[in-house]
Parts: sequence; C-alpha cells; structure tokens
Amino acid sequence: MSDPVEMNISSDMDVVRARQEGRSKALLIGFSVSEATLIATAISELARNIVSYAGEGVVALQAVQTGSRSGLVIVAADKGPGIANVSLALRDGYSSSGGLGLGLPGVRRLMDEFDLVSAPGRGTTVTVKKWRPRM
Amino acid sequence: MEVPILKQGPFLIATIQAALSDADLEQLRTALVNQAVRYRSLGVIVDVTAMDVMDSFASRMLLTISRMIRLRGADTVIVGIQPDVAFAMVQLGLTLEDIPTALDLEEGLAYLQQRCRNSS
Ligand SMILES: Nc1ncnc2c1ncn2[C@@H]1O[C@H](COP(=O)(O)OP(=O)(O)O)[C@@H](O)[C@H]1O
Ligand SMILES: [Mg+2]
Repeated sequence: MSDPVEMNISSDMDVVRARQEGRSKALLIGFSVSEATLIATAISELARNIVSYAGEGVVALQAVQTGSRSGLVIVAADKGPGIANVSLALRDGYSSSGGLGLGLPGVRRLMDEFDLVSAPGRGTTVTVKKWRPRM
Repeated sequence: MEVPILKQGPFLIATIQAALSDADLEQLRTALVNQAVRYRSLGVIVDVTAMDVMDSFASRMLLTISRMIRLRGADTVIVGIQPDVAFAMVQLGLTLEDIPTALDLEEGLAYLQQRCRNSS
C-alpha cells in the first residue's frame, strides 16, 4: 500500500498536477488505464471546484484496503463559502457560475461512493471512493 | 504551454500536446479565433489525441471555440478523443453537443474538405 498524498490546491496548475498525481497513484495500486482516467477526471472536477469557489483547499489521495476490497479514497476539502443547497448543487446542469453544472453530479457517477459535507460559511468536504473490481 | 496552430490551406489545425491548464485552454481559444479571422479560415481542427483527461471545463472551452468559429461561418472538428477519455466523458455527462468529431486528423480534414465542396 502506498503512502497518502496531500496536495494544496489554489491554481489551475494545481488542478492539472492533482489529476496527474491521481492517475499515477491509481495505476500504481492496480487500477486499469480506463479506471485511472475516470479517477483523474473526478479529481479534475473536484480540484477545479476548490479553485473556482473556495480559492484554495486540499486534495488528499489514500489507498484503502478493507477485507478483500482495495481502492482509492479522494478527499477534496476547503474552508470556502460552502454550499447552501446541496441537493441543488448535485443536480445535473446546475451551476452558480455559468459552468456546465456537471462536476458534482458527474463525479458521483464516476465514483463508487460519494459523500458531500458542506455548510454555508464553513467550507466543503467531498469524499469519494473507487473500488477495484474484484478479481 | 502554448498550443501550436498550423495553417494548412484554408484550414487551421491546433494540436493539443499534453495536459493543458485552464489558462492554456483560454489562450488557445483566443489564438484560434484570432487566426481564423486573420486567415479567413474555412475550418478548424482541434486534435486532442494527446489529452488524457477531458473535464467539464475543457469541454466547455471546446464548445465555446466551436461556436465562435461558427459565427465566422466556419466549422470546427474535434479529432482523436481517446476511448478511455470518451468513456469518462460519457459517465460525467459531457457531450460535445453538435460539434463534429472524427477519428483522426486525416478524417477531420476529409470532413472539412467535403463541407467546403458542398457549400461552393
Ligand atoms: N467547493 C465548493 N465550494 C462552494 N460551492 C461549490 C463547491 N463545489 C461546488 N459548489 C457549488 O455547486 C455548484 C455545482 O458544482 P458543479 O457540479 O461542479 O458545477 P459547475 O462547477 O460547473 O458550476 C457550483 O456552481 C457551486 O455553486
Ligand atoms: Mg465544477
């Protein structure tokens, strides 16, 4: 099992770095190229939300092993403005910034587990997991 | 990293080299539209073969490029979306809407040439 990685995110270059790191970590722990691409895409969306809406935050990657399953946990956390209406933010096409509004709902589809904790004024933490297919 | 833009006859070809930042994509949009105006281009090809992630920001930028080029009366074709990238795009919910796509550069050029013949 590889060491956890934590990356500070505050610019568009950090978004690129975070998804590249996510791809290599995913490949390292045995995900296929196709799965690693899903993971990198999810990281790109979460990291970009940090830059766009909170200005700065962190993305952490951690390999996990529970029983017979192994996978990758991604935590994207910021202390930004938070999300007042989480169910609205998770709706396809909803964007407060003229974006495509597919980041959060899309990441939910890309990953196996999705958890979003947010409160206005207290920041946002999105935790997602991808499991490796059982052999 | 700046995206090289090649002029080939009445067409422009932008070849995306590697992982692009948001700023690079914005720069590409501006440069492509400027050159399409300067050379009175009839079509634009964006070759994304080397792109390993196409997220919602990149898709939106490609859509914007295609619409701006459309306003000039020209077409944009996206070529070389990798299968794994396409798979992730579908799951994310991204479509390139009505932007034509082609397998590779050759097919993209054939498509644009066809369009030019049809409209002349
Ligand atoms: N980290 C965050 N902090 C505050 N608001 C956020 C954050 N992430 C997402 N949001 C809110 O949720 C909305 C939907 O996000 P998303 O699905 O990524 O679409 P988009 O970024 O295209 O708007 C955003 O428009 C924004 O209002
Ligand atoms: Mg987003």
